[in-house]
Amino acid sequence: MSEADDAPAITRDDDSVTRRSFLGVLLGFGTVVMGAALSVPLIRFALHPLLTKTTEIGWSDIGKTDEFASLTAPAKRLIKVEQRDAWRKIISEKAVYVLPPKDGTMRILSPICPHLGCSIPWNEAKQEFICPCHVAVFAMDGTKISGPAPRSMDALDSKVEDGMLKVRYQYFRQLIPTKEPLS
Amino acid sequence: MRRWMNHPGGARWAYVFGSVLLFLFISQTITGVFLALYYVPSATSAHTTVAYIVKEVTGGSFLRSLHAYGSSAVVIVLLLHLTQTYLYGAYKGRRELLWISGCILLALMLAMAFTGYLLPWDQKAFFATTVGTNMASDVPFIGTWLKRFMRGGDEMGTLTVSRFFVAHVFVIPAVLIVFIATHVYLFRKAGAAGPPSEDPLNPKLPTQRFYPRQVVMDTIVALFMILILGLLAHFSPTELGPKANPADTQYIPRPEWYYLPIFQWLKYWRGPYAIIGIIVIPAITASLLVLVPFIDRRLERRPWRRPIAVGVFLVTLICFVLMGLMSERDDQRDPSIAKQVAKQREETEQFMREPFQPEGAASSLSAPAVSVLDPLAAAGKKVYESESCDACHGENGVGTAAGPKLTGATAQKPAEELSNLLRHPTAKMIEGEMKPVDLSDEDLKALVAYIKSLK
Repeated sequence: MSEADDAPAITRDDDSVTRRSFLGVLLGFGTVVMGAALSVPLIRFALHPLLTKTTEIGWSDIGKTDEFASLTAPAKRLIKVEQRDAWRKIISEKAVYVLPPKDGTMRILSPICPHLGCSIPWNEAKQEFICPCHVAVFAMDGTKISGPAPRSMDALDSKVEDGMLKVRYQYFRQLIPTKEPLS
Repeated sequence: MRRWMNHPGGARWAYVFGSVLLFLFISQTITGVFLALYYVPSATSAHTTVAYIVKEVTGGSFLRSLHAYGSSAVVIVLLLHLTQTYLYGAYKGRRELLWISGCILLALMLAMAFTGYLLPWDQKAFFATTVGTNMASDVPFIGTWLKRFMRGGDEMGTLTVSRFFVAHVFVIPAVLIVFIATHVYLFRKAGAAGPPSEDPLNPKLPTQRFYPRQVVMDTIVALFMILILGLLAHFSPTELGPKANPADTQYIPRPEWYYLPIFQWLKYWRGPYAIIGIIVIPAITASLLVLVPFIDRRLERRPWRRPIAVGVFLVTLICFVLMGLMSERDDQRDPSIAKQVAKQREETEQFMREPFQPEGAASSLSAPAVSVLDPLAAAGKKVYESESCDACHGENGVGTAAGPKLTGATAQKPAEELSNLLRHPTAKMIEGEMKPVDLSDEDLKALVAYIKSLK
C-alpha cells in the first residue's frame, strides 16, 4: 500500500489472517496442481518419439524359393525395406545374401560386418566372405574364420509364404560377441 | 511506480479479463510451440503431419484441441474485455492510446485466428480460406494484388500454407508481443479506471493494491478457464477433416463461429454494391471503434448516463449475435445445404476413424506401378474401367465429388468383405448412388484384387 496515493486505502479487517492465508495456500496449490497436470501431456507429446516403440520392420520379399533351390554359392539380392520415418513411409534398398539351402531350409545373411559395419562382398575365387575394411574372413555359411570380427555374420529372420522367400531386415550391434538387434 | 498498481474502489471480478487474455496468450504460445514440433507447412505435408499429431502422437489430439479451443476462448474473452471496458467507460481520461493499442490487439488476434485456421489444410480450412482471401480482392485498387500477395499466387497452394504459417508463427506473434507490452505499459501508466462512478482523471475512491486480491481473482478465473478448455479438449477433441481437395465442387465452406456474423453480412451485399458491405461499412465500424475515446470525450462514465454510446454498442453487438444465428438458421432451412453439411460432417468423422496413413516418400514404388506387376490386379483395373467405377470413384480410386475414394481404409478391408460389399452394397452406399455389381466370380475377384492394390 503506497502512502503517496491521493485516496485513502481500503483495509479489510474482517478477513482473519488464517482464513486468508488458507485461501492463498489453496489457490497456490490449485495452480501448481493444474500446471503439473498440464505439463504431463506437454512432456509426453514432446517425448513421443522416444516413448513409443519403433514400428516393427515388416517382411520384405526376396524372390520365389525355386530360384534359390539350386544355389551353390551365396547369392546377393536387393530387397526393398519399408520403414516409417514419423509421418513418412520410406522405402530403401538393402542387400542381403541368400545362402544355398541346407536340408531344405533357407538362410539369409546380413552383409554388414559385425566388426565395424563395412559391407562384406562374397569372394567367388576363395569361396569366402572377406571384409574389405579389416580383412575379417567368414565361411560360406557366415561362420567366422579369422580376423577382428567379434562374431560370425548375422543371420536375418526369414520365412517362406506362398513360395515367396521373405526376410526381416535388421541391424545388429557391432563389436560385441553376441548378436543383439538394434531397435 | 507503485501507484499505478492500485485499483480505485478495490478488486473486482469485472476486471479479470485482461489478465485472463494474457494467460490465454501464453497458453496458446506454449501449445503452439509444441505443435510446431511435428508440423510441416507445405501443401503436401501439412495435412499428413496434423493427422499424425492427432492420430499418432501421444497427447497430440489433446494439445491440438487445447490450441483450437484456446483460439475461440481468446475471441470470447476479448469480447468480454471490450464490453467491460466500453460499458465502464474505462477508455476515458487520457486513455486514448491504451484503447487504440487494445483495438490493434483485437485485430491482431483475429488475424491469428484467420491464419491459424488454414494450417491443418483439410477441406474446411482450405475452402474457408479460399473465401476469406477472395474477399480481399474487393479492396479498391490493390484488391487483386492483395489477394495474390496473401496466397502467394493466383491459386491457393503450398505458398499459401507457408505464408500463413510465417504470419501465424513469426510475424503476427512478434507484433502481438510488442502491442501486449505497450498495452500493459499504458495501462499501468494511466492507472486502473475503477468502477463507473469513479472520476477517470483523479480517482477519489479508496484504493487497493493489485496484489493480492485482484491477482487471486485473475488466477481463479484463469484456472477455471484452463479447466474448461482441458475438459473440452479431453472429452470433445477438435476433429480433422479429409485433406483439402481443390477439385471438390460440392464442398460448402463455413467459417469458424466468430466469423459467422461477417459471413452472413456478406450475403446481403451482391454485385456492384458488394464493396459497400465488404469494405466501406466494416471500415467505418472499425474506425468508429478505434476513435471512440475521441468521439465520446465527456468524463461521464456511468453507462446509464451515456445512452447513445452504450445504445450503439449494444445494438451492434446484438446485430452480430443475430447474424450469426441467422447464418446457422439459413443453413438448417435449406435442405440441400443441410444435406451437404451433414455429408461433410460424416466425411470428417469417417476420416477420424481411419487409421493414420503415412505419406509415401518420393522414392516409393507408386501404387499403379505395383498393380501393373500383379496380373490379377491388372485385369481388375480393366474391369474397374469397363464397369465405369472410375466415373464416380476416380482414376486409381482417388475419389471424386460423386463418390468416395477407395484408397486407404477401403483398400485395406479383407477381400471377402469387399466382394460382399460390391455385390450387396449397404443402405448408405445405395443412398450414395452405388449400384450392386453384377460380375462373374472371376471378374469380381480381379476387381477386388485391384481395389486392394490401391494405396
